Amino acid sequence: MRPDLEVVAGMVPVGSRVLDLGCGDGALLAHLIAERGCDGHGIEIDGDDVLACIAAGVPVSEGDIEDALRDFTDGAFDVVLLSWTLQTTRRPSAVLAGMMRVAPVGVVSFPNFGHWRLRSALALQGRMPSSPTLPQAWDDTPNIHMCTLADFAALTDSLHLRVRERVLLGSDRGPTGGLVSLRPNLLAAAAVCRLERTAGAAPA
Amino acid sequence: MAEVPGGVERSLGLVETQRVVLWDEHDPLVLESGEQLEHVAVAYETYGELDADAANCVYVCHALTGDAHAAGHHGDPARRGWWDNLIGPGKPLDTDRLFVVCANLLGGCQGTTGPSSVDPRTGRPYGLRFPLCTVRDLVTVHRRLLAQLGVERPLAAIGGSVGGMQVLQWALDHPDELGSGLVICASARLTAQNIAFSAVARAAIMEDENFHGGDYYEHGVRPDRGLSLARRIAHITYLSEESMRAKFGRRLQHDGEPLRGFGIDFAVESYLEYQGESFVNRFDANSYLYLTRVMDYFDPLGDAAAAIEQLRGSRTRFLVLSFDTDWRFPTQHSREIERMLIAARVPVTFREIESSHGHDSFLLPVPEYHRTVAAFVARQQPGGAS
Repeated sequence: MRPDLEVVAGMVPVGSRVLDLGCGDGALLAHLIAERGCDGHGIEIDGDDVLACIAAGVPVSEGDIEDALRDFTDGAFDVVLLSWTLQTTRRPSAVLAGMMRVAPVGVVSFPNFGHWRLRSALALQGRMPSSPTLPQAWDDTPNIHMCTLADFAALTDSLHLRVRERVLLGSDRGPTGGLVSLRPNLLAAAAVCRLERTAGAAPA
Repeated sequence: MAEVPGGVERSLGLVETQRVVLWDEHDPLVLESGEQLEHVAVAYETYGELDADAANCVYVCHALTGDAHAAGHHGDPARRGWWDNLIGPGKPLDTDRLFVVCANLLGGCQGTTGPSSVDPRTGRPYGLRFPLCTVRDLVTVHRRLLAQLGVERPLAAIGGSVGGMQVLQWALDHPDELGSGLVICASARLTAQNIAFSAVARAAIMEDENFHGGDYYEHGVRPDRGLSLARRIAHITYLSEESMRAKFGRRLQHDGEPLRGFGIDFAVESYLEYQGESFVNRFDANSYLYLTRVMDYFDPLGDAAAAIEQLRGSRTRFLVLSFDTDWRFPTQHSREIERMLIAARVPVTFREIESSHGHDSFLLPVPEYHRTVAAFVARQQPGGAS
């Protein structure tokens, strides 16, 4: 399993009821079901990925994340995962709000557009940057809403969500620390955040 | 389709419909309504071999006008069972590994006891004295047949349309029994529009002058005009506008100029007439009344809390499929089933399959549909991880 998925999995309590938004081929859910005794359900829009989930025995609904979220009742799940998917959604803020409505805990991983490599490519070459974590060209990427760690923090604040845990990732998508944690918005390639609602969260 | 190197498709060969008496006067079938049937015979077919643990059985529930002859042929290899593209060696329901069973429904007219059968108490055909059945009653018969065949826990039950309703009811009532349930373009509850179409179809039959209150058997006639009309109405709802446009458009049935009268002028009119005529030769009008009524009253998720309670701890894994151009049971019907299963924490996979063929898609070899069924069923193989 990809190292960032290991980090996400580590934030999911054993035996919990998990919804994975944009679950891809179901590798993370298969792991959570088999190794952590979770009840898992995925949402995936890509037909080939849905078939891969079926072949892996992972329950999945084919469809759009925002449509799917609307269909779930408040608190239907214990944990909602959004791994490497936030930046592909049409309305990231609505997705975050929706996921924290259907579960008290959310885990979000996303690439940091504030990473120095991306900043310098844009600053020095004047071209839309790419990197090992974001290899696609600007006109051929599913990533339509990139943000930095600072942007994400501002978004969670505005939604009255608390980041209870944050793991910084390097360019290999593995956990990193040391110097990186001194200037995370500049030095981390990505992050995994565990979110909870605060008392000020808007009622569902 | 099942392709093997060399391009030769493998299919089942000659198969035979068998018949077994499952209830008799010493042990009558008690229906959900409390009414009893003293003699119930069931026509069924099986494909493939039951394994030593009786763990590889897939039960096929047929739809409104289906029958036990789901695959293979009865002598003419060109005329094959209604789900032959899905069932056979190397096909999604792979008879090299699975033991597949399909039986004609209770209330039907293709070998299983129904309104055209003779009532042993009177010596006359039942007609409308046949008791009204429910989807639960249909499932009761499936389960007795399987017990007779030595199967306690089917690996899977699969069905499209009212076939999917049977799968759903089975899983609800017997949460320990089915390994998996494949519910295809089905519904947990007919809409007013659905019931309206059925009502008009039934009216066509019952208002036919040859209906005789359902006792047409004794008058030596059949309400063929009404049954044909019922079939034509229903058939329109099985197709999509897109598929009708592609198949017929405004094409004329004859060469040259339109006849501009009230006879058959357009190709679609001729097609519908053919559908109606061929249907009356294989189907009993009373069975049509009974089986459409079974669907109208089906509402197993109506009490959501009770349904969720029934499903708690179910061991059945579901595949729920719909087709994007199906307007008889649009995707919304399947999504309601999916949402209820998720709420009950039952593992369920849902897909809306793209197909231009409307409700009829479940009978056709739509590639993505067959890939999905094959992947799901392969996962449920006995001994396979699941």
